Amino acid sequence: MSKLLEIEGVCSGYGDVKVLHDINLYVEEGEILSVVGANGAGKTTLMRTISGQLPTTAGEIRFMGEAVNHLPAYKIAERGIIQVPEGRRLFPYMTVHENLLIGSTMKHVRASREKNLQYIYQLLPRLKERERQVASTLSGGEQQMLAIGRALMENPRILMLDEPSLGLSPLLVSTVFELVQTIAKAGTTVLLVEQNVKQALKISSRAYVLENGVVAMNGPSSELIDNPYVKKAFLGL
Amino acid sequence: MSLMPSIINGASMGAIYRLIAMGLTLIFGTMRVTNFAHGAMLMLSMITAYSVWAATGINPYLLIVIIGPLMFFVGYATQLFLIRPVLKAESDKNDPIGVLLLTAGFSIVLENLALMIFGADYRMAQTDFSNTVFTFGRTSLSAPRLYGLIITLVVSALLWAFLQCTEPGRQLRATGQDRNTAALMGINSEQTFAVAFGISTALLAVAGLVLLPFYYVTPSVGNVFQTRAFIVVVLGGLGSVPGALVGGIIIGLIETVAAQFMTASVTSVLIYLVFLIVLFVKPSGLFGTPFH
Repeated sequence: MSKLLEIEGVCSGYGDVKVLHDINLYVEEGEILSVVGANGAGKTTLMRTISGQLPTTAGEIRFMGEAVNHLPAYKIAERGIIQVPEGRRLFPYMTVHENLLIGSTMKHVRASREKNLQYIYQLLPRLKERERQVASTLSGGEQQMLAIGRALMENPRILMLDEPSLGLSPLLVSTVFELVQTIAKAGTTVLLVEQNVKQALKISSRAYVLENGVVAMNGPSSELIDNPYVKKAFLGL
Repeated sequence: MSLMPSIINGASMGAIYRLIAMGLTLIFGTMRVTNFAHGAMLMLSMITAYSVWAATGINPYLLIVIIGPLMFFVGYATQLFLIRPVLKAESDKNDPIGVLLLTAGFSIVLENLALMIFGADYRMAQTDFSNTVFTFGRTSLSAPRLYGLIITLVVSALLWAFLQCTEPGRQLRATGQDRNTAALMGINSEQTFAVAFGISTALLAVAGLVLLPFYYVTPSVGNVFQTRAFIVVVLGGLGSVPGALVGGIIIGLIETVAAQFMTASVTSVLIYLVFLIVLFVKPSGLFGTPFH
C-alpha cells in the first residue's frame, strides 16, 4: 500500500501559542486511520492544519508526494483532502439540498453532482425526507449525516472526520461509525479523529495517540486496544 | 386630495433606496464589512453616467449595459486592490476598524476628486421624458419615476434569482454564512468577496441611472442616499435581503406620503422616529436574526 498523506515534523498552533510539536504521521491509501486523544491534545488543531486553516510553522505535509502545507484552504479542498469539521458547521440558512449542492460547487466535481446526490440520498434516506428543510432545524444526528454527505459530494480522496460522534446519543454514535465503515469499504481513505477511543480503535486499522500536542504512541489498532496504558487512560479499564 | 401619486412616488423612491441598500447588505452579509464609500460610489456612477449622457445623448436606461459592467469592475478592483490588503493585515484582530476607516477615507477622496473634476454645480439630465406625466383618471404619475420603479423591481428580482439559483450566488451565500467552512468546500473567499463588491457597485450603477432623469447630480449626492440606505439596512435587519426590501418600501412611503401633510424637514424626523421605534422594539431589525 502506498502512503497517501504524510506529515513530517509538523509544528503548528494559534499565533504565539504552539499546540502541535514535531508530529510525524502517515495515512495509507484505502485504510481507516484514527487519531485519538483527550480533550485539548491537539486533534482538532491537527485537522485544521492539514486542511490549511492553520499554517504550519515547521515541517511538511505531503499529499500524493506533493507538499500542500503552503496552499490556501480552498486549494487543499480542490486536491481532494476533505474535512468534516468538528461541530458539523453546516450552512445554517440553507436547505439540506442546498448544503449538498454547495458540497459539489468545485468545477471538477460538478459533473458527478447528480450521481453523488443519488448515492447520498440512497445511503442516507433521512436526508432525502428532509431535503427542503433548513439545515439548522435538523436534529444533531441528522446534521452530522448531512455534514458527512456534503463532504462526500466533494469526491474526497481522503475524508477527514473531526469528532463525528460528539454530542450524539449512543445509538446514533454506532450509526455514525457504521456509516464511516461503509464509506471506507466503498474505497475512500478515512482519517478519523475521535475522543471515543474504543469505537475508533475498533473500526480503524492503525491509530496514533496524541497527548499534549505530541504523538505519544502509534501502531495497529488491534494492539493499542490491548495496551495497558491505553486501557487505563482512555478505556477506563 | 388623492394619495395615489405620492404612494407610487414613495414606492419608486423606496425601490431605489432598497436597491442601494441591497448592495450595502450584500457586502456586509458576505464580508462583514460596512462600506462607508457606498454613497460615493453611487455618486461616481451618477457622474459617469451623466457625463456619458451629456456627451452622447443616449437614453440613460440604455446606458445600464455600459455603466453596469463598468461599475462592476470598479467594485471588483476596489475589493482586490484596496480592501483586501487591509482585511488581510487585520485578519487576526477581534474588532477590525482599519477597513471602516479605509472606506470612509475612500469616500472623501472620491467626493473631492469629483469636486475637482466635475465642479460643485447641481446638474440634471433633462431627457425628453424627464417631464412626461402619465394621467390615469384623476391621478398623474411622473414617467421617470414609474420607469425607475419598474427597472429597480426587475433588477431586484434578477439579483434574487442570481443569489438563489446560480452557482456563484450559492457560493456567495455560503461564504456569508460561514467563510471558513466555505473554504473547505473549495470556495475561494477572496474571489467571492470581489464578486460581491462588484455586484454591489453594479447595483449602484442601476440606481444612479434610474435617478438620473429626475434627480440632481452633484459630488455630495451620495450622502443623502447612503444615510437612507443605512437606515433601510438596519431597519430591515443587517445582512438580510428581504429585510432591505421591506425597509426600503417603508422609508420611501413615509417620505412621500408624510410630505403631503407636513414639511419636508419634518418627514426626515418622522423617518428617524420610526427607525428608533423599530430598533427599540426589535434591536436586530425587522428581519434580522438576534445577535449572539
